[in-house]
Amino acid sequence: MKMTTTKFEPSITTRPVYGILEPQQGSAHLMIADGEGAGAILDLFARAGQQGIDLRPSTHLIYVTAANGTDLSDELSRLGVAKFYHGPTLAAAMSRITKALTDASMGLQIYLAGTESLIGVAQSEAMKAGFPHDGMQTEHRGSLARRVQCVHCKGITENVKTDPYVCSHCGLSLYVRDHYSRRIAAFQGVNIDAEDPGQVPDMVEKFT
Amino acid sequence: MGIQFNDETFHKDYTYRNSPAGIKRFPFPFPEDDYMYSVNIEPHVPGREGSVFEHTFDVDEHYVSEMRDRARVLADDPLRCQSLPHMTLAGWDLLELIMESKARDYPDMFQLTKNGDRWHWVNKPLGIDDTFTFLDETTLPYGPMEYITRQAQGDFTLQDQRDDNLWIEAGMVTSQADWSLDFDIGMSFHEWHAPVPLAGGMGIFDRALKFLLKLQYGAPVRRFNWTMTVDPLLDTSPENYHKWGPSKATLTPDTVGRRQHLRVELQTLYRLPRSNAIVFPIRCYLISFQDLVTVPKWGRRLHRVLQTLPEELAEYKGFARNRQMLTDWLAQYDDGSPTSPGWWAD
Repeated sequence: MKMTTTKFEPSITTRPVYGILEPQQGSAHLMIADGEGAGAILDLFARAGQQGIDLRPSTHLIYVTAANGTDLSDELSRLGVAKFYHGPTLAAAMSRITKALTDASMGLQIYLAGTESLIGVAQSEAMKAGFPHDGMQTEHRGSLARRVQCVHCKGITENVKTDPYVCSHCGLSLYVRDHYSRRIAAFQGVNIDAEDPGQVPDMVEKFT
Repeated sequence: MGIQFNDETFHKDYTYRNSPAGIKRFPFPFPEDDYMYSVNIEPHVPGREGSVFEHTFDVDEHYVSEMRDRARVLADDPLRCQSLPHMTLAGWDLLELIMESKARDYPDMFQLTKNGDRWHWVNKPLGIDDTFTFLDETTLPYGPMEYITRQAQGDFTLQDQRDDNLWIEAGMVTSQADWSLDFDIGMSFHEWHAPVPLAGGMGIFDRALKFLLKLQYGAPVRRFNWTMTVDPLLDTSPENYHKWGPSKATLTPDTVGRRQHLRVELQTLYRLPRSNAIVFPIRCYLISFQDLVTVPKWGRRLHRVLQTLPEELAEYKGFARNRQMLTDWLAQYDDGSPTSPGWWAD
């Protein structure tokens, strides 16, 4: 289990980069995390404690089990935050996340931690609610599996680990670009054998 | 009307052709025998009579067929035209710019009559005669950007300006060189250019953005870009890449002259008055190799450009696999003699 902050190789401008969660001044704190992202939340509270900041009374923590099964909800539940939710999947938690974002008042601080899918989807939802994309704290932990949109059929495949992969919607073999859309919260997948139909290279596990 | 419009197609049977006059006015984009990225921006001022620079928005023999092709692409994939909600005013700015320009430059084909906010627009080549209220969306059959760009050749993107950046937040994109509006919409200047190799490291985008943030109303600019396309297909979109990609593999030395096309984009940039947005029209011109080499200077120069182009660019522009075949074919039209500076035919 990867419990440390992920280091990323340099890439193109759209490939997201993440930081380390730092406690912020704010009237309320919304934290959304999955799987190993729990470690980043625990570190955040430890850091806040060292700085003499008590985030707990004003924190709403939404945590979901990661696609790889990692579930650290017990550790998080012991933090004693004002509102704690543990859900089985991000999809199941989405309506709660949307409500928390639309109910938010000025001064809400947003912290996102865990897989790229979790961070990306929550960020996109926050943007829809009017938060600027660069106004959130993010920290990557855990799987590097990607959320990828097929540029052809527009279907999004979750948890892509290989390059190329087969689109779960239209069945085309796609290579995975680093080009990333914050709005869609997905990398771009493009047909790999368009010019030479049938000549698909072996799938290589690249995003683990 | 002064222009004889071709009845032609840009897909399937590909009946697209340039007339001899169309070849003569083709915007050949290489002022020198080699090519490397540059910002290469110049004022978009009226140029030589008969050239593509003569008018603000060039209307040529392909106009009616290109608009038919756009309607076909949009019917298949409406996501090619999108406008985020705050971009509607920029759409009206664009509608005004195109209508006023065309009515001024081609009065025999386009007429605009204003009676206060009630505007009467006549587009004779497309058989359109509409009266609407300026700035009232409910009086048009589409949003203002879609309405007017269904009547204007080339792709269009609208960029909002804020936080010292440009954000691509609306567009009509049906004749693109392999990029997706649906994926890129909402991105900042450096983000939507992220996939372009080499240029970022050269500081091209930093300089271009700095320049564009200061672009003034009434002082549009232009530049060229170019790539290669097998068969005269306007819709070389990533969305349909799995459909058009195979065409590259079927090119043969015998068909290069007829099927391989140089694809030139005349890109212009205008500041818009009400929204302060920037509109980026990307006008695509296609010429077959066999037509291109009828101008000896162009044949010689294109051969030299393709020989010296960095491999990354051939890869990015999508013709690396056929580069040698194209260069070999063009070699028969390069006698080694010097070419004159600039892109005009000798």
